[in-house]
Amino acid sequence: MNMNMIETSGLGKRYGTTWALRECTLAIPAGHVTALVGPNGAGKTTLLNLAVGLAEPSAGRVTVLGGRPAGSPAALDGIAFVAQDMPLYKNLPAADLLHLTRNLNRRFDRSYAEARLADLGIPLKRKAGRLSGGQQAQLALTLALARRPRLLVLDEPVAMLDPVARHDFMAIVLTAMADDGVSVVLSSHVLAELERVADYLILLSRGRVQVAGEVEDLLASHRLLTGPAAGADRYAERPVVHVRRAEAQAHLLVRAGPDDPVPPGFQSHPVGLEELALAYLREPGAAALPGPARGQNAQPTGVTR
Amino acid sequence: MTALTVAARPQRDAGLRPVPWRRMAWVTWRQHRFALAGVAALLGALAVYLWLAGLHLHHAYAVATACRPVNSDACQMMLSNINGPAAEIIAVLLQAVPAMIGAFVGGPVLARELETGTFRFAWTQGVGRWRWALAKLVLLAVAVAAAAGAFSVLFSWYFQPYLADGWQIPLAPIVFDLRGVAFAGWTLAAFSIGALAGMLIRRVVPAIGATLAVYAGLILAVGLYLRQHYMTPLLTSSPNVPGQAWIISQWWTRGGRPVSQSVIDQVLQSAPQQVAGKGGIPKSPGVTQYLIQHGYLHWTSYQPAGRFWPFQWIEGGWLLALSVLLIAVTVWLVRRRAA
Repeated sequence: MNMNMIETSGLGKRYGTTWALRECTLAIPAGHVTALVGPNGAGKTTLLNLAVGLAEPSAGRVTVLGGRPAGSPAALDGIAFVAQDMPLYKNLPAADLLHLTRNLNRRFDRSYAEARLADLGIPLKRKAGRLSGGQQAQLALTLALARRPRLLVLDEPVAMLDPVARHDFMAIVLTAMADDGVSVVLSSHVLAELERVADYLILLSRGRVQVAGEVEDLLASHRLLTGPAAGADRYAERPVVHVRRAEAQAHLLVRAGPDDPVPPGFQSHPVGLEELALAYLREPGAAALPGPARGQNAQPTGVTR
Repeated sequence: MTALTVAARPQRDAGLRPVPWRRMAWVTWRQHRFALAGVAALLGALAVYLWLAGLHLHHAYAVATACRPVNSDACQMMLSNINGPAAEIIAVLLQAVPAMIGAFVGGPVLARELETGTFRFAWTQGVGRWRWALAKLVLLAVAVAAAAGAFSVLFSWYFQPYLADGWQIPLAPIVFDLRGVAFAGWTLAAFSIGALAGMLIRRVVPAIGATLAVYAGLILAVGLYLRQHYMTPLLTSSPNVPGQAWIISQWWTRGGRPVSQSVIDQVLQSAPQQVAGKGGIPKSPGVTQYLIQHGYLHWTSYQPAGRFWPFQWIEGGWLLALSVLLIAVTVWLVRRRAA
């Protein structure tokens, strides 16, 4: 699939004098579960709000579903958004929320929604406000998926959930992805969860895109080198993203492949997504962005420090 | 999935049919039925009272007008017994009804969504946020205005004897805006003020407070300063101003020039005791006759009672225009507002 679910160029959002997001240029391809990662205040929610049309850009532009202006009727029709903290009408029973959502959209798969809620054991007559946090999240997700969207946008979907509810929630997201080809963009600061689900990573830091790329590519192009601390400073073969020192040992996250030479005394390991993300989060100056050859964005390849 | 084929031809979106308006009717009813039930309960309770009091009043009035001889003390007593403070208290209390409806129905429509964060759910549905806002506001506005209009018909019936016996005048401030189309107009305006206040303030309780304050200021300003200028007042120098006229102002002239009240007082000081009485009461017929005989003219500017309906249409008209404007601004803000 060569369509971009979300595409931004020079996108910026200013609140008062503060830029919540700036010079954001990226393309989120279809057919992926894209994780939007970053510390609090990095601009994750701002980026998602811009993509679903809740906020207007202060600079640049954002399109969705292959070129539709964000927030346009055609865009809203194909995107389902579950906002942070699952805002639902707490005084309405689940059945009424189903009916409400059906009336607010052109498409709504009622039988799917009812079957899902039955599977989850959520009583249709119970008010949303009296469901557990996990059930509320599931209800919000069910309402979103029953709209049969092409893009599902989730803002911090699992932050409030316990590990079991978190697992169940993500399982449904992945099922929808596998069964219906829904593309998913989710923001989270629960890194461990992403390892399992995400195959595309975007790392935001201080309102800017720091890392963007397919998880597979990112993992293949980074290695973790472990060796004597004294040798860490002399390493210059490949760009270093982050150095972590522990006693006499140093752990270097470097942009290198498995076949790149390893300095004497060092061992080369593959890196995990959580480790990779953490390293970049600790080095806001470093960046790994897709090069001109890979996408529509003219961004320099490699590491800058 | 169909994603690719649809995306390859985005021009097909031009034919994308929006969510039908009628679906919003269910949404509006489901989300605001308690507010609407509250309006129905409030107006219903008042209507029952007016109905019962009205039956009693109309009966008493019929008995009093059938009383003969008309000018006998007994008959006059019967008539004056009908006119009690209760009716005036009711009229004053009813002034608050449009404000309450506006504040408690109109205020929360958007403020509650913004306060609880549910706007992030509502505004990202396929219907689109401005259609959502427009449908809700128009449906609720029509509902509350219709309920208020029906109620004011009942009030007009209830109040009829007081106007018929000349105790109250139709253009008087506390009666005028409860009858005709004005009551519905004020209710509509209060609702629109509430909706806009909710959008601007984004919190329910402050929005309700602001709505009550703005509404009170507006209706006071209209009653005190604006309404008398709807049409040019009539002017008469006759001491007999037409019955039930709404008197705007009165003054004296002599030889075409205005005369201040202090001059009039001086003239009355020198008047014979039997005319002026002790201290002089300028409005008594004897005094007026005396001053007219001495070349003074008593002018009255007034709005005749026959202008009731023109005034109603003028007030109803601009209230409707104001409400349309406020709702349009609110919908525009919904469309524009950044999250």
